[in-house]
Amino acid sequence: MSTVMPRSRADEAQDTPRTLHQQLEQQDYLFRTVTRIGGGIVLAIMVLVGLFLAGNGVGAISDVGLGKFLTTQNWAPETNDFGIAAVLWGTVQIATVALAVAMPLALGTALFITEVATGWMQKALTSLIDLLAAVPSVVFGLWGAYMLQPNVVDFSKWLSTWFGWIPFLQVDGVDPGSPLRDTVPFTASAFIAGLVVAMMIVPIQTSIMTESFRRAPTGEREGAYALGATRLGMIRTVVLPFGRGGIIGGTMLGLGRALGETIAIYLIISPVYAINFHVLEKGANSIAAMIALKYSESNESAMSALMAAGLTLFVITMLVNITASAIMARSRSGAESEG
Amino acid sequence: MTTTDDGPTTFEVTDLPTDPGPRRPATELPQLSNTPGAPDEVRVRLGVGRNHILSLAGAAAGGLAMGLLLTVALGLIPLGWLFIVSYLWFLLLYTALIHLRQPAPAVRNGLLTVLLSSAGAAVAGTLGLVVMFTFARGQEALFHLNFFTTDMTGAGPLSGLDQGGVLHALVGTLEQIGIALAITIPLGMTTAVFLNEVGGRLARIVRTVVEAMTALPSVVAGLFIYAAVVMAITHQTNGFAASLAITVLMLPIMIRSADVVLRLVPGNLREAGLALGAGQWRVVWHIVLPTVRSGLTTGVILATAHGIGETAPVLLTSGFTGVMNANPFSGPQTPLPLAALDYVRSPVPEVVARGFATAAFLLFVVLVLFIIARIIGGQDAGKQTQGQARRAAAKSRRDLPRIERNHAQLLASLGAAPSDNMQEKP
Repeated sequence: MSTVMPRSRADEAQDTPRTLHQQLEQQDYLFRTVTRIGGGIVLAIMVLVGLFLAGNGVGAISDVGLGKFLTTQNWAPETNDFGIAAVLWGTVQIATVALAVAMPLALGTALFITEVATGWMQKALTSLIDLLAAVPSVVFGLWGAYMLQPNVVDFSKWLSTWFGWIPFLQVDGVDPGSPLRDTVPFTASAFIAGLVVAMMIVPIQTSIMTESFRRAPTGEREGAYALGATRLGMIRTVVLPFGRGGIIGGTMLGLGRALGETIAIYLIISPVYAINFHVLEKGANSIAAMIALKYSESNESAMSALMAAGLTLFVITMLVNITASAIMARSRSGAESEG
Repeated sequence: MTTTDDGPTTFEVTDLPTDPGPRRPATELPQLSNTPGAPDEVRVRLGVGRNHILSLAGAAAGGLAMGLLLTVALGLIPLGWLFIVSYLWFLLLYTALIHLRQPAPAVRNGLLTVLLSSAGAAVAGTLGLVVMFTFARGQEALFHLNFFTTDMTGAGPLSGLDQGGVLHALVGTLEQIGIALAITIPLGMTTAVFLNEVGGRLARIVRTVVEAMTALPSVVAGLFIYAAVVMAITHQTNGFAASLAITVLMLPIMIRSADVVLRLVPGNLREAGLALGAGQWRVVWHIVLPTVRSGLTTGVILATAHGIGETAPVLLTSGFTGVMNANPFSGPQTPLPLAALDYVRSPVPEVVARGFATAAFLLFVVLVLFIIARIIGGQDAGKQTQGQARRAAAKSRRDLPRIERNHAQLLASLGAAPSDNMQEKP
């Protein structure tokens, strides 16, 4: 019989699904075991780092109490009087300055790469951005401390002279009428550290924004042009709405980097352990810079205090990064289903 | 046919109609037939027109002139502001120039284009400034050969640039990054293969944890190794601790980049291998990994470039020394970025110059690594160069006799009527 009759429903009801029998060869079995062990080792290392930080940090925090740890500005673990209020404030301050400078710059550069530049310029600029991401932070720190700072203090002074009435741009102990070029109160400030950090986070922000702008569908772009939109109109109506997830996600990833940046800040600031609201004024601090400054003079208990600070920093950067990836993942799936 | 007489039906992308003329109706009917003698329609031109270039150049010249006038000639504004003032005047003049000939949307569009280009130029300019500044400050010490051939033994803090060098730091960096790579590459690649090819619940957990660990600030990784290894076990800073700190940082980065690259392998390549009877391990080793070889290499090189530049973790773990120490397991061993950081904090100008030279050399190494990565990464996944194709063909020819022999053996063992037995039973 050359034709097979379709089976009736009664037959199907009796059928059980065929059990798939997969017999691994010995080398496949070995391969799976080895890779699984590799994954397990990596998991163990990473979890160990997290647990070690958490264990030591939580111990130190519970010694002083969480409330006191979050509100104390001083850092003196020897007398059990320490808290991250001042350094956390400094970290956020520097990251805010960095974000305020880097975000427009990165947005502009990303739009320039995807919408304006063509051909070799597009490729060259993309490579350049990647290269900027690979420049060691000590090089950025040197550039910031020895080249940027002497040139920017005049701008800081101008800013505080004319806009000093805005509370956070005010600088104490400077006579604006004095004809002398006294720029010392403006050096080593959170503003200058923020500028350097801004240049360090521009690459990651730009590359993520570029990637999301590239994904804006061609059909909609051409539709906007066909309806008579200028480039500005097309960017506003097509590229930016489609790239919103990339803009927010990239900005937040940059924020995560800015919070954890160490050496550039370490080279520029002069550390203070008090909340300083004045961005342009000498004296700032950040959690990462404090760890780099304090580790060598630490005994056991001071070390766990630093661990507590490190744990705080880690938790904050992790929250920022996870939020960023969640935002990017959601926007990505949306863009694909529409395109 | 009255509407077409008013003006040519042209669309220019860069230059909108300049002279308003008599008021035209809102819509124009297309020309139904070619009237003899009518001028040819001007084609739509995309891109940058002559008008555009001329107004840009004019505005730039005007802006610079205004800046020079205010700073140099009149002295109203300090010289340092020349660039900013000129730029603002340039923006103003350019806007005015477009406004003369074109309507408001074109003005906004032109302004936006200039602003975006400025952002790109600012970022590129910053990179240029950073690179040039570092090399300019470092060249003083870089041109002494002893900088690369000696360590700091015998060179006091006050000795000149013709004594002492950073050979010890170079050796330190090479050993530390070497150890870190020796741990990271096998472990990272295995894990990436596990995440992509094996999968399962453990893989999901590993992927989540690895993604979370990319957020680990570098100084915290250093702090962890300092507390867990240096304070608890070795009781002194050493090169191995530094390489462990670099490993903790590089591992998530490398797994992430390898994971992304492995996802690019087309599924049908894998299925083709499995359908031809290869086992999973054979498919991974002979098909999946060779397909993305260039991507994996690029990932490794970029991770190396980042690892070499890491300063914060080695600051806590490697310790300071000016003497050659080739043994990473005992005694301090300073790598290049830390040497740079250490020297520039000195008050002596010669030592600071040495610090800049070290930073410049570090930057040079990173640049070279980056260019190599770009060259390798330029190849597409799965595309072979001529040499690779030739080698693959030669390998196939070498394999052919073996396959034929196996096949003949199989036929012999199955006896006279192999075809019936090979079919699946109904």
